[in-house]
Amino acid sequence: MLIFHVNGKERRVDVTPDTPLLWVLREKLGLAGSKFGCGEGLCGACTVHVDGQPLRSCVTPVGDVRGKKVMTIEGIPENHPVKKAWLAQEVSQCGYCQPGQIMSAVALLKKKPKPNDADIDRAMSGNLCRCGTYGRIRRAIHAAGAGASTKGGKKP
Amino acid sequence: MSEGTGISRRQFMKTSALAGGGLLLACHIPFGSRNATAAGETVFAPNAFLRIGTDESVTVIVNKSEMGQGVYTSLPMLLAEELCCDWQKVRFQPSPVAPEYNHAQFGPIMVTGGSTSVRSEWERLSLAGAAAREMLVAAAAGRWKVDPAACRAENGIVLGPGGKQLSFGKLAASAAKLPVPREPRLKSGARKLLGKPLHRLDSPAKINGSAIFGIDVAVPGMLVAVIARPPVFGGRAKSFDASGALAVPGVRQALAVDAGVAVVADGFWPAMKGREKLQIVWEEPEESKISTSAMRRDYARLAATPGLTARKDGDAPAVLATAKKRFEAEYEVPYLAHAPMEPLNCFVDLKADSCLIRTGSQFQTVDRNAAARVAGLKPEQVTLETTFLGGGFGRRACTGSDFVIEAVQVAKAIKLPVKVIRTREDDMRAGYYRPMWYDRVSACLDEKGMPLAWHHCIVGQSIIAGTPFESAMVKDGIDDTSVEGAANTPYEIPNLQVELHSPKNAVPVLWWRSVGHSHTAFVMECFLDELAHAAGIDPFQYRRRLLAKHPRTLKVLETVAEKAGWGKPLPKGHGRGIAVHESFGSFVAQVAEVSIDKKGALKIHRVVCAIDCGRIVNPDTIKAQMESGITFGLSAALFGAITLKNGRVEQGNFHDYQLMRMQGMPRVEAYIIDSSEHPGGVGEPGVPPIAPALANALFVATGARVRSLPITAEKILAALGKG
Ligand code: FES
Ligand code: FES
Repeated sequence: MLIFHVNGKERRVDVTPDTPLLWVLREKLGLAGSKFGCGEGLCGACTVHVDGQPLRSCVTPVGDVRGKKVMTIEGIPENHPVKKAWLAQEVSQCGYCQPGQIMSAVALLKKKPKPNDADIDRAMSGNLCRCGTYGRIRRAIHAAGAGASTKGGKKP
Repeated sequence: MSEGTGISRRQFMKTSALAGGGLLLACHIPFGSRNATAAGETVFAPNAFLRIGTDESVTVIVNKSEMGQGVYTSLPMLLAEELCCDWQKVRFQPSPVAPEYNHAQFGPIMVTGGSTSVRSEWERLSLAGAAAREMLVAAAAGRWKVDPAACRAENGIVLGPGGKQLSFGKLAASAAKLPVPREPRLKSGARKLLGKPLHRLDSPAKINGSAIFGIDVAVPGMLVAVIARPPVFGGRAKSFDASGALAVPGVRQALAVDAGVAVVADGFWPAMKGREKLQIVWEEPEESKISTSAMRRDYARLAATPGLTARKDGDAPAVLATAKKRFEAEYEVPYLAHAPMEPLNCFVDLKADSCLIRTGSQFQTVDRNAAARVAGLKPEQVTLETTFLGGGFGRRACTGSDFVIEAVQVAKAIKLPVKVIRTREDDMRAGYYRPMWYDRVSACLDEKGMPLAWHHCIVGQSIIAGTPFESAMVKDGIDDTSVEGAANTPYEIPNLQVELHSPKNAVPVLWWRSVGHSHTAFVMECFLDELAHAAGIDPFQYRRRLLAKHPRTLKVLETVAEKAGWGKPLPKGHGRGIAVHESFGSFVAQVAEVSIDKKGALKIHRVVCAIDCGRIVNPDTIKAQMESGITFGLSAALFGAITLKNGRVEQGNFHDYQLMRMQGMPRVEAYIIDSSEHPGGVGEPGVPPIAPALANALFVATGARVRSLPITAEKILAALGKG
């Protein structure tokens, strides 16, 4: 039995410790917001936070997060500035990569509340978006960083 | 219900009261009523799109798959505009597979493709909204005992004389009992919703993890399967030993399916571990041992021989034979994988007399019928539910229904609900690529430097040959999707000849976002650029002269040049390139600004884009689709290549099949031409111009003319003589 915390709750799972955290979240804990894109740490779709650090859950054996605090997209509050900025900038297209993008953006802003373009390039280049939402992601991060997420967007 | 011939713009509609007193409106509209050439045809596409609840909710049932392009917002906007409802009350719901949800123009199938969602549904949804509005108004007028002409609908409320008001929700039940207007009148006057950058209705679900994609489907007791696939196309498992796999805890079964050997387990990870332990002897047919390098040589040879004629104006070969100076070039582009972020997958629950499929499909009727065939059921016994699609780009409209068929085969064998998941490598190596193309072009110029003759030979596989669509889509041996964008070029060239060779081989090919235009625009727009430079004429002005009779193409070209500051000075080492292309009923021009770094790698600084897609629904969605198409096209132009060696696909994941990333992504600006023309598509037309704009910019910046995609540093250095 493996014990760790997910989005503030203690979870116990009965899996082999080599199982990637991603599949434990998706298949055992019903948290399907973290996505499978490559399984090799190449696309960022599976990004979660472990003890506050962004991590690719597809290459993180669940045994490594024993006793740690995992945060997934489902744990980000609805009124989080990043989510608000994402809506205001209308970032999502197919949406598949967006949970991972948001987890990377949240982690970046926690470390650097007002990131510049180079910071964004560094923090976000591990997250692929086949739909090409990069420009909007950049704008949304700047907006969230500037605390302007509710302004600057388009009126509904 | 049947409809006589020759009755255009007449609608037969029926309503039925829903449980709860709601209004369900179904309308039946003759196919092609807008299209003069189709008028009089007797194809009918019955439809059911709208539900109004007593709780004031307005649910629009959407018959298009949502794969990023925003149909869950744009299609409801079309209906809601005419309904005059409160937009805040509008919800969307994916439609089931049923004849009334068939494509309005593509015949009896439900499909999302060809950048047609908005333009094909515009009339049908507008009329559905208008008819419902008239019924709600009539219901209110009846209750108030006034003339309906004295009432009007606004923002979900019917307003009557003397300040009377009734909401749609309160009127829904009585409206449902009224006859459906045979010819509802579309409203006149200002648009409330169309043309406004409304927020997408599906965004909230996409940023909180609650949107269900095919890969997220789960039911109690569901198993997960992965399939070990043959190393070459057309290969199959001769024999296999599953004892190692079955020893992995959680693995339930291993079984042969057409696609290979499936390992079924309690979850993805045990299935993967089981798959690694399989011992399989593969049978590899000789004809599968293809190498793209050898194919390329064959294609080059073919390109020098006459093909089937797809376009012939004047006599290009004769004019070229006597020309003083001829310009000749070979262009080539590789196989490409669609690589949607969500790898292909499919959930199947197969029972003795029914089958439930939940997957992200763009090709519902085709997939459902394929599933029925494999399951031994009638199509009506198969229910296909469309989830969100984590990208489609054509891959999820598979003529071979590959990802559905394999899942039904697994389900049939194990008799339990199962989801087959492809790993990225499975997805990338399973074929159905954009074909590899080789083009040979020769041209000569008149005394003013303009093209006098253009002789173009195209070599590449047909994506339609050998599919059920061949009889309808391949005419006299010519698959129009192979030559679109070249055979119908708008450029005025007196002697123009386009020929086609369609060699066959074992590599499965398919439409890939922008289809034939993804290669023809590259060739047309680059070679034309070469001619402009050879003639010593500015490439923008050169195009202008050749497009005098094509005002829409001209307008996007001029707009993009102006917005990009064409002709204005640039930093040293930078260059601008321009390209314009019509596809899917829309016109798109792009200017790219580039330079190269010390290692020869292309750096893109800025992309400016102008589109004329006719009347518009949601300008923000259109801009998003331009940004999207440009990014998709940049990935192909800079990195994309699927190559084969001895039949084996050499790429597998995002380290060797790279995509654009945040770093390296240029600033993109998109401008929409104000237009009242017939609506065009937006999902695909942003893709074709970017590769030629880039290659043309590279030439201006460095003098390197790279005629093959992707444009790598090695090719640039080689073109500069430094390779
Ligand atoms: S799925 Fe984890 S990085 Fe791609
Ligand atoms: S929104 Fe589709 S992959 Fe990013």
